Amino acid sequence: MSESQFAFEMRGITKRFPGVLANDNVDFAVREGEIHALLGENGAGKSTLMNMLNGLYRPDEGQIFIKDQAVRFSSPREAINHGIGMVHQHFMLVPTQSVAENLILGQSAPRFYINYSELEAQVAELSEKFGLAVDPRAKIWQLSVGEQQRVEVLKMLYQGAKILIMDEPTAVLTPQEVTDLFDTLRSMTASGHTIVFISHKLDEVVAIADRVTVLQRGRVTATVEGKDTTKAELARLMVGREVLFRIQKAPAQPGAEALVIENISCENDRGLPALRNLSLTVRAGEVVGIAGVAGNGQTELAEVIAGLRAATEGRVIVQGQEVTGKRVAAGEQSEASKGGSWDIQVSLDIGDSSINLSKGDERPEKQAAPIMVSEGLAYIPADRTGVGSSPNLSLIDNLILKAYRRPPIGKGWRIDLSLAREQAEKLVEQFNVMTPNVDTPARLLSGGNLQKLILAREISSRPKVIIAVYPVRGLDVGAIEAIHQMLIDERNRGTAILLISEDLDELLSLSDRIVVVFEGQIMGEVPPEDERVDEIGLMMAGTRVEAVHAS
Amino acid sequence: MELASLVFIVNIIGAGLRTGTPLLFATLGEIITERSGVLNLGVEGMMLAGALAGFAVSYGTGNPWFGVMAGMLAGGTLSLLNGLVAITLRGDQVVSGLALTFVGRGLTSVLGVAYVQIREVPRLPTVRLPFMYDVPLIGPNILWPLFGEQNIVLYLGFLLVPAVWFWVERTRPGLHLRAVGEKPAAADAVGINVAAQRYLYVFVGGAFAGLAGASLSLAITPLWIDDMTAGQGWIAVGLVIFAGWNPWRAVLGAYIFGALRRLPLDLQAVGWLPFASNPILGVWLEMIPYLFTIVALIFSSREAIRKRLGAPAALGIPYIRGERGA
Repeated sequence: MSESQFAFEMRGITKRFPGVLANDNVDFAVREGEIHALLGENGAGKSTLMNMLNGLYRPDEGQIFIKDQAVRFSSPREAINHGIGMVHQHFMLVPTQSVAENLILGQSAPRFYINYSELEAQVAELSEKFGLAVDPRAKIWQLSVGEQQRVEVLKMLYQGAKILIMDEPTAVLTPQEVTDLFDTLRSMTASGHTIVFISHKLDEVVAIADRVTVLQRGRVTATVEGKDTTKAELARLMVGREVLFRIQKAPAQPGAEALVIENISCENDRGLPALRNLSLTVRAGEVVGIAGVAGNGQTELAEVIAGLRAATEGRVIVQGQEVTGKRVAAGEQSEASKGGSWDIQVSLDIGDSSINLSKGDERPEKQAAPIMVSEGLAYIPADRTGVGSSPNLSLIDNLILKAYRRPPIGKGWRIDLSLAREQAEKLVEQFNVMTPNVDTPARLLSGGNLQKLILAREISSRPKVIIAVYPVRGLDVGAIEAIHQMLIDERNRGTAILLISEDLDELLSLSDRIVVVFEGQIMGEVPPEDERVDEIGLMMAGTRVEAVHAS
Repeated sequence: MELASLVFIVNIIGAGLRTGTPLLFATLGEIITERSGVLNLGVEGMMLAGALAGFAVSYGTGNPWFGVMAGMLAGGTLSLLNGLVAITLRGDQVVSGLALTFVGRGLTSVLGVAYVQIREVPRLPTVRLPFMYDVPLIGPNILWPLFGEQNIVLYLGFLLVPAVWFWVERTRPGLHLRAVGEKPAAADAVGINVAAQRYLYVFVGGAFAGLAGASLSLAITPLWIDDMTAGQGWIAVGLVIFAGWNPWRAVLGAYIFGALRRLPLDLQAVGWLPFASNPILGVWLEMIPYLFTIVALIFSSREAIRKRLGAPAALGIPYIRGERGA
C-alpha cells in the first residue's frame, strides 16, 4: 500500500482497569486533515482510548499505527515527539506561570537559561500565526477559561503537534467562545492539522465533525460521515435507544409565590459586587431559568438564597418566611467547611425555634425536631463533590445528610442505621443511581450518578423550592434526560424551581420563564421559545430587554 | 550617631549575620523542597544529622570541607526518608516530617555521645577582606566589623541566595521545579517525571539542611553538643512562610532571627535596659523566634492564607496520575 490516508490508526485496542473493561477491541482510524469526533456517554471509554494514543496509558492489547508504522508510547513526551498532542478537559496549565512559561514547559529548548524577552516575542508570533490571541506575559490564572484553552492549543502547536486531541473542549466555554474555537479548529485543519474532537454533545458533533466514531460501553458502535448523520441517529448509537431531546411537559400552573428575592446585593469572593439590587419571584409549580454567561452573579445568587453567602442588602423569602442568611441545612455544607460557616451554623441553631414553616404544611411529625429551613428549600450546587456531597462518606450517609436530625431516622442522639439503609436502598432504586451497593463511597460514582444521588436526597426531603445550579453540567445524554425528568416531575408536583444554567437548550427545554442576568443585574425576561435565542444572547451580553426590542 | 551605639547596632547585625547563616541555609533548602510540592518538617532532624556528620568527618579526616560534604550527604540521605513517604508511598507529609525530626535527634544523640567531649575540631576557615577597612567613612566602623573578617560560610550564604533565585526563576530546571510544585499534572502531561523531580529537590533541600548543620558545628559554634540546633530547624520552617517561598525574603528573615537569637545576650551588657537585663524577663526575648514559628505555622495551616502568601499550590499533596484536582 502506498502512503496511508490515515493520520493514525488504532487497531484492536483493549484496556482494562480493575473491575472495568474500558475499551474492548476498539478500531479507530482518523484521516489526515479531518475533524473526527469521538462521541460517547461519560464512561464510554473515549478519554481512555485517547489517553492511550497520548501515551498516558498503555493498551493491554492492540496496536497503534502512525502513517502505517507501529508505535508504542510510554509517555506523553513520546506521543508529542510523534506529533500527537492532547488538550485535556481539565487544563494542564500551571496557573502561577505565564503563558510563555507554560509553552516551554517540558520542552528540550531552552537548555538552561530562559531568555524571557526572546521567548515572549516567539510566542506572540506563533499566536498571531494561528489567530489565537493571548498575551504571552499574562499569568494563566488571570486568563478566562476560553483564553486558557487557547493557551493549551498553542502549547501543543508550539510543541509541534500535527494531531490534536481535544477532550470535551466546549464543556467550559460560553456559546461565543465555542464559535471561536470552531473557527480555530477549521483553520487548523486547513493548515494540515488533524483533530480528534471528544464530545458527548450531539449538536457540536454535528456542527463540526467531518466523521464521527461512536463509542458505547467501551466498544465502537459505528463510524459515520458527519454530513450524512443526524442528532437522533448519533444519540441512538451512543445510548443504544431513542432519546428525548426536549422534555415533554404540560404548561406550567403557577401557584403562590414560593421564593421571593427582594433587592438583593452581595459581593463575590474577591469582595467585588456580584449582585446589584436583584429582585426575582418564583411561583410554586414553575421553573424559572436564569441565563447568563458564567461569572455574572449566578452562583452568588444561588448561594445567597441557600444562605451560604451573606447578602449586603435585600431579603430572601421562602414560603412567606424571611430566610436571609440562614443556611439550607446543617449537614449540607459542613464537609466543605467554608470560611465562615461556623458562626452561621451557630446562629442557625439559635434561630431554629423561631423559624416556622408556612401554614398548611402537612408534615406534623417533623415539628418535634428542630425545624430547619432545609424543609422548604433544596439546593443542588454546581460543585457536586465539594458542596453537594461528601465524597468519602457512603451513599447511605450522603443520602441522610438532611434527614439524620429528624425522626424517623434521627432518634434522639442516635441514628437509626437500619432504617437509613432501607431508605437509601429505596432512593437508589427509585432514582436509578448505578452503584454496586449503598455502602460505596460517593466519590466512586460517575458524575451523572452522583448528581442523581444529590437529587434523590434533595427531592426526598419534599422541598417547596429547588435551587438547581448547572444541574447537568458535564453529564451525558442519558443522565441529562433523567435529571431533567426529575426536575420536571418536581415542578408538576408544585415545587418552585430556580434553574441556573449556561446551556440555552437546557433552559429552553425546562424553563417556563427565562430571566437573563448580566453583571449581577436582570436584563429582562423572555419566554422559552427557540426563536428568542438571539434576543437572549444579546441580553447575556449586557443589552437590556427594552433596548433589544427597540432595535 | 554616637559611636558607642553605632558599634552596638553593628555588633547586633554582625551577630545576626553569623547566627543567621545556618538558618539561611536551612530556609533556602526548605524553600527549594516546598517549591517542588513536598513539605519536609524534618529540617531540625536533618540539621542535626548534618552537624554531627560534619563534625565527625572533619574530626576524623582533619579536613573541614570533607565534613561539609558529609553533612550535606547526611542531611540529603535522611531527607529521602521523607521523600519515600511523601512521594512514593503518598503518605501524610506532616507525620513523616515529624518522624524525621525524631529520627534525626535520636540518631545523633546516640551516635554523637563520643564526640561531646571533643573541643578541638578542624574548622571552616575565616575569610579576611582587608580592603573593607579602607573604604572611606563607613569602612572601619561598619563594613569591616560586618564583612571584613567572617567565616567563609557567611560569604557562601551571600552567594547561594542569588544562585537559588536564579535557578528557580530563570532556568529551565527551575521552571520544571515550579511546575511540579504548582500543578504536577501539567508537568506530567508534558513528560516531566514528577516523582524524580520531587526526589531531587527533597534531596537538595536535605543537603541544604545538612549544610546548615555542618556550618553550625564547624564554623558558628564549632563543637558538638546533643541537640545543638535547639529548634533552629523549626524556625527555618516558619521562615519559609515568612519569606513567602522567596529566597530574597528568606535572607531578611534569617538574619533578623539570627540577630534575635543573640539579642538577649547582647542586651544583657547594656546597663540601662532594665527589661532585658533582668535575667527572668530576658527569657521573653529568647522566646520570640519560637513564638513566631508557632504563629507562622498556625497561619500557614489555613488554606486561604497560604494561598495569599504564595504557597505552592500542590504543597503537601502527593501526586497520583489521573486523580482529579491533581
